[in-house]
Amino acid sequence: MILWGAILFWLAAWAVNAALARSRYRDTRAVRLLAPVLFGLTILVLWQGLVRGLNVSPVILPAPTDVAQRIASDSGVLWEDFSQTVLKGALSGYLIGASAAVLTAIAIDRSTFLTRGLLPVGNFVAALPIVGIAPILVNWFGFDWHSKAAVVVVMVFFPILVNTVQGLSEAGAMQKDLMRTYAASYWQTLWKLRLPAAMPFLFNGFKIATTLALIGAIVAEYFGSPTRGMGFRISTGVGRLSIDLVWAEIAVAALTGSVAYGLVALAERRVTFWHPSQRKT
Amino acid sequence: MRGFLPVLAVLAAILALWVAAVAPMNARQALDVAEREGAAVTPAESRTRFETPVLTLMLRNSGEIWRGYGLERPRLPTPWQVGQELWATTGEMALEGRAFSKRSLIYHAWITLQSTFWGFALGTVVGIAGAIGIVYSRTMELSVMPWAIISQTIPIVALAPMIIVLSSQLGIEERGVPKAVISAYLCFFPVLVGMVKGLRSPTAEQLDLLRTYSASGMASFLKLRLPASLPYLFTSLKIGIAAALVGTIVGELPTGAISGLGARILIGDQFGTPLAIWSALAAAAILAGVLVTLLGWAQAVTLRRMGGGR
Repeated sequence: MILWGAILFWLAAWAVNAALARSRYRDTRAVRLLAPVLFGLTILVLWQGLVRGLNVSPVILPAPTDVAQRIASDSGVLWEDFSQTVLKGALSGYLIGASAAVLTAIAIDRSTFLTRGLLPVGNFVAALPIVGIAPILVNWFGFDWHSKAAVVVVMVFFPILVNTVQGLSEAGAMQKDLMRTYAASYWQTLWKLRLPAAMPFLFNGFKIATTLALIGAIVAEYFGSPTRGMGFRISTGVGRLSIDLVWAEIAVAALTGSVAYGLVALAERRVTFWHPSQRKT
Repeated sequence: MRGFLPVLAVLAAILALWVAAVAPMNARQALDVAEREGAAVTPAESRTRFETPVLTLMLRNSGEIWRGYGLERPRLPTPWQVGQELWATTGEMALEGRAFSKRSLIYHAWITLQSTFWGFALGTVVGIAGAIGIVYSRTMELSVMPWAIISQTIPIVALAPMIIVLSSQLGIEERGVPKAVISAYLCFFPVLVGMVKGLRSPTAEQLDLLRTYSASGMASFLKLRLPASLPYLFTSLKIGIAAALVGTIVGELPTGAISGLGARILIGDQFGTPLAIWSALAAAAILAGVLVTLLGWAQAVTLRRMGGGR
């Protein structure tokens, strides 16, 4: 009964979305927001229907309402884990890694030789499974958040470095010549022309790095952490069969990832408003 | 070949930094070994040494620093130690005819490669199917595309242990399946985005031309959109296979897997053998390099066959 209701909801939501997509309001902001929200809601309803309708044991897969209850009742624990993993580990690592990468890129940018050498190497390293160094860094920096921040630093460094180096070569020869006719110094050219021109690339790197930072901070906790943190709670929760708490942590992690990405995207829109990809049609 | 020299120089610089870093990283351990072997060490007590800064220790005991380059369980191994360990667990065992023994990295790399391959195949199929759906259905584009983007902002590793539990509860014994699912999850997004771009790359004139031929939708898909998307597809496949490898190794890390490169890292951590971790990392890097190079080669051949290369 519940299952059929869920499936019915799914069909109805899909029909609404299809109608919206064909209607003349299809390019309005409301529809662009409403359609994905409906789709997400459908998945939640289907999930609820499947779990309740088929009597799936909560040890295997808790229903969304169970998870929501857990979030409400254990919000203290969730906040403690959030501040340990995200605020201390991921955020400090992200800030250190991003600034180190941008500064390194500016430093090597003066030498074409170094740039040509570092770009392929950086690209290759960015494709490697760097998370694997997590146990080594946990060994070096101890169990607390410092080792998590270190993992995050290494993980976000190379994507941002590669993007910044590429972005710094983005300003055209004409524009650089113009700066020279103004008798602009190296630093003036860098500050007023090349860094702004590099911003779309920088933000591309920053966006990739947000998810990497979360992944790094969580995985590093699997290799040893104080008795708090999202990775710790997930790995112990699976063992103790408190699966709804694990899903609550996952929901927090997912929300954090999306919000962090959204914040960076928002900053990008503010900073690179001049770029074609940001123009409103 | 012009870009070869700078790359070599950068690699040499990285190696030099690494070798230089070994001495301070291993200084304390080296002095402990020296003390045990009866050499004169200042300060003589391990406790006092623990509280002295590393640089002071190195200055006072400059005669004993070399020991840091030959430790059995170093904090930071030297490049040649890693190389030796890598050779001992791959080439040497292959020469003895034990290439697929459980102690050999070739065996573990093979396990990882299998999951990577299945995840890559699954992710590519899902990505291409999703891209076709998005290009042809306005409803899909409106409702699915934002979620595809959101899915990549979710740290999948948080889900990894859950996926393992779920698949074992559903009665899937094969350990490769959850790993493949995780790597497919990481791999599908670049393929999806690249293919959407690629399938939309034919111009309006080209599509109109096919319409004047009264080509069916299927024909215009097979003869125009699909060929036009191939350069985009290969570029995203290269990103996708690297992502799939990362996914597999991440899938092996937190889940108590017993074989695979990620499991080697985990086991190396639990048994306190840093050389095993480092050699597994090196093997993963080599594997990634080989996979991306192979795909780049396939890309060059295919595009030349289709008249793309110049």
